[in-house]
Amino acid sequence: MTRYHRRKLVNAFNLAASIAVTLFGLFMLGWILSILFIKGFQHINWAVFTEMTPPPGESGGLLNAIVGTLLLTLVAVLIGTPIGVMAGTYLAEFGGKSRFASTVRFINDILLSAPSIVVGVFVYTLLVSPVGHFSGWAGGVALAILVIPVVVRTTEDMLKLVPSQLREAAAALGAPRWKVTVNVVYKAALSGMITGMLLATARIMGETAPLLFTALSNNFWSTDMNQPMANMPVVIYQYALSPYSDWQNLAWAAALLITISVLVMNIFARYGLKGHNQKP
Amino acid sequence: MSASVNADDLLEKTNYIRAVADPKIVLRDLSFYYGKFKALHDISMDIPDRKVTAFIGPSGCGKSTLLRVFNRMYDLYPGQRAEGDLILDGENVLGSSIDVNMLRARVGMVFQKPTPFPMSIYDNVAFGVRLYEKLKKSELDDRVEWALQRAALWDEVKDKLKQTGGALSGGQQQRLCIARGIAVKPEVLLLDEPTSALDPISTSKIEELIYELKDDFAIAIVTHNMQQAARVSDYTAFMYLGDLMEYDHTDNIFTNPDRKETEDYITGRFG
Repeated sequence: MTRYHRRKLVNAFNLAASIAVTLFGLFMLGWILSILFIKGFQHINWAVFTEMTPPPGESGGLLNAIVGTLLLTLVAVLIGTPIGVMAGTYLAEFGGKSRFASTVRFINDILLSAPSIVVGVFVYTLLVSPVGHFSGWAGGVALAILVIPVVVRTTEDMLKLVPSQLREAAAALGAPRWKVTVNVVYKAALSGMITGMLLATARIMGETAPLLFTALSNNFWSTDMNQPMANMPVVIYQYALSPYSDWQNLAWAAALLITISVLVMNIFARYGLKGHNQKP
Repeated sequence: MSASVNADDLLEKTNYIRAVADPKIVLRDLSFYYGKFKALHDISMDIPDRKVTAFIGPSGCGKSTLLRVFNRMYDLYPGQRAEGDLILDGENVLGSSIDVNMLRARVGMVFQKPTPFPMSIYDNVAFGVRLYEKLKKSELDDRVEWALQRAALWDEVKDKLKQTGGALSGGQQQRLCIARGIAVKPEVLLLDEPTSALDPISTSKIEELIYELKDDFAIAIVTHNMQQAARVSDYTAFMYLGDLMEYDHTDNIFTNPDRKETEDYITGRFG
């Protein structure tokens, strides 16, 4: 009986401890989000979406930064996703346990956890320094390098979840290997792969460090990828540190917008696609 | 006899080989290796056309392994290889010059677990057809209906061909897989324990189906269910520890087995 009581006691203690720690984590998250929402919503207005980033002391908005972030993200996803999906497919379907595949997997894991500022410096020496000026392309490439490892990993994981019986069944009908992969395995793993792409997109939308070295920023309307390009993270970085209250307010608004879009993307990746997948 | 079956003793006796009149597949000294492990020992037998041949034997005896040699399924996995001859219509299909995909189009297979593709019922059945034939929409429609009719599934799905195959019940999914397999009009149909995951009613439907389908194809079925083998098959092969122990007309195997091991297995004394 004493053993039984001790076991119950230990259980109660561990349960209480894990609940407390969970609540602490959630509290911090709630704190951050609530301050962000309170401060951010005060400064969200029509001008934020229609006007350019202003000089200090004047009113303005974030239009060029919003469009810039969307463009940079689009370029990054368009470059990074196909490479990531193909590499992930190689690892899951063809590479197996070969030495080359293991090496690629290892390097990808390093890339996955590489500090994004390192990627920024790398692209700076590759695409900014030789050209002599910052550019949207450089920013897109830097973000693409961050997209690739995430997509490689999720693609590989999702493809590996597809039961091998499905591959065998398709092969048993005489389908060549690539058709098995594209027509059957991709279809079975599609929602998971899209989730990976969305999570990668959500990750790069808030990345600041790689953009400081590459796209930098731009106070004017510009969709020229060869020129420096305005974007939300760098605007937040510059404006939040500035002494001007107008700029600080815009930084709050930008921070809120980015957080909401990342949140929406995560929620959609988690629930929107899951529901779609479960439907018979 | 039960636990003390000695493989070496059994090997000394010759396998019971009965040449069939109209062989579709001829095996001669077929051996199979998982890496260094020899899973099948020099198997020789004839599989008749338009008949059902059942493979029975305890778990791990090599029944499924043998079935997977017929369509070279093992090619998907490095380290697995077959030696000897497997002759389909006079052609050795284990040779390297054989187009494995073409072979698999001729030798269809249905697996233990239903494996509907993540697409509509129609596309499931049309998948294999589209690989090797260019049909007009109406011809493809006809073929899909024909296959589903043949698999005794048409009446249940004719109004929901656009729905995904995963929404069907287990028994329906398995009949869908059979429809998918016969839609490409193969010459041989391999069934690897096709009813082991199904309820009795679905099982009896599939058994009826097997009985009807043998008008068109040579059928090889692996089963753990002795009654099933007795019900559906014309010939039965009893395998044990990678050897073909006995191969004969199903009636003979079940009423008057030649060997003690066979008798012990079919009467449930080991396995």
